Amino acid sequence: MAVLDILVYPDPRLKQVSKPVEHFDDSLRSFVLDLEETMRAGPGGVGIAAPQVGYFERIVIVDVSGKPKIKQHGRLVLINPEIISQEGSAVGREGCLSVPEYTGNVTRAKFITLRAQDEFGKICEFQMERYEARAVQHEMDHLDGLLLLDRLVSRRDLFRRQSQEATTPKPKTS
Amino acid sequence: MKKWFMLTLVGKDRSGIVAQVTRALYEGECNLGEASMVRLGGNFTVMLMVQFAGNEQALDDLIGPVSRSFDLRHHVDAIEGELLHHVEPDVRITVYGADRSGIVAEITGTLTEKGFNILNLESDVGGSTESPIYVMTIEGVAEQGVEILEEALQILAREKGLETQLEPIDTLIG
Repeated sequence: MAVLDILVYPDPRLKQVSKPVEHFDDSLRSFVLDLEETMRAGPGGVGIAAPQVGYFERIVIVDVSGKPKIKQHGRLVLINPEIISQEGSAVGREGCLSVPEYTGNVTRAKFITLRAQDEFGKICEFQMERYEARAVQHEMDHLDGLLLLDRLVSRRDLFRRQSQEATTPKPKTS
Repeated sequence: MKKWFMLTLVGKDRSGIVAQVTRALYEGECNLGEASMVRLGGNFTVMLMVQFAGNEQALDDLIGPVSRSFDLRHHVDAIEGELLHHVEPDVRITVYGADRSGIVAEITGTLTEKGFNILNLESDVGGSTESPIYVMTIEGVAEQGVEILEEALQILAREKGLETQLEPIDTLIG
């Protein structure tokens, strides 16, 4: 295993769109281990996407299990992930390993249904919410060449948006 | 070597001020750091970190003509410029209520007493002429934890007829 170098904006490679993974082989699984080690090497990182280390395939890792008292699925390797439905929206503060010394407010869907493959190619579906859903959306953006910088909302929007959020209906649980 | 200065300009707002001020600074071989421009009660206000090779007087002379052309008042202070060392807020507090004197002093006095260090404060006066409302958003660091702040704010809100809301800022690093 190895800690890989992280691309830092304004590196133009962060803006490119990554390709779907086609071969679920040992070299993929070996890369996933390196990617995970890279994520855990940084302080406080809860997710990472393959293009952040210059590997332009649709692979992300998310693990928000370090946050107490939230609904989450633990360590997740998500390959070729797709959001198949989403509901609600919330503003939250995000930072990024590829954008050091900057945090900004970003609007994300509050609830998502996600379909992805694991590192063996098995298709899985997840219902996610809030912090974990935010982490997945942040990492999936990297696969399309998008950074939190592409989605900033101003501080002044915050109060208004949160007031709106209070009226958002609860999602169906089915 | 270039040193850092804080340049503040205030006056009646007109369109084109920022463009002409920053053009003059650029042509005078200044580099800009962080900046905050906001209209307060229809007045133009800006604070600009400016990196400049000369002294306060030389920067004052450089900005003088454009400042006078817009009928602005300006001020230059030598400062210690510290970029890329952001302190992250961990709590956001919103306060609103019928406008009256003393709201800011009461809230910030209580927060300071309970170990809260203010990093950002913004406020607006909205509502109608007959019954204006005061809306304030504060972000900062809760050095003695969130519970003590929440309790103090609730008591203050009850006593003073204000609405307060405290919300942890859980910055996601992905």
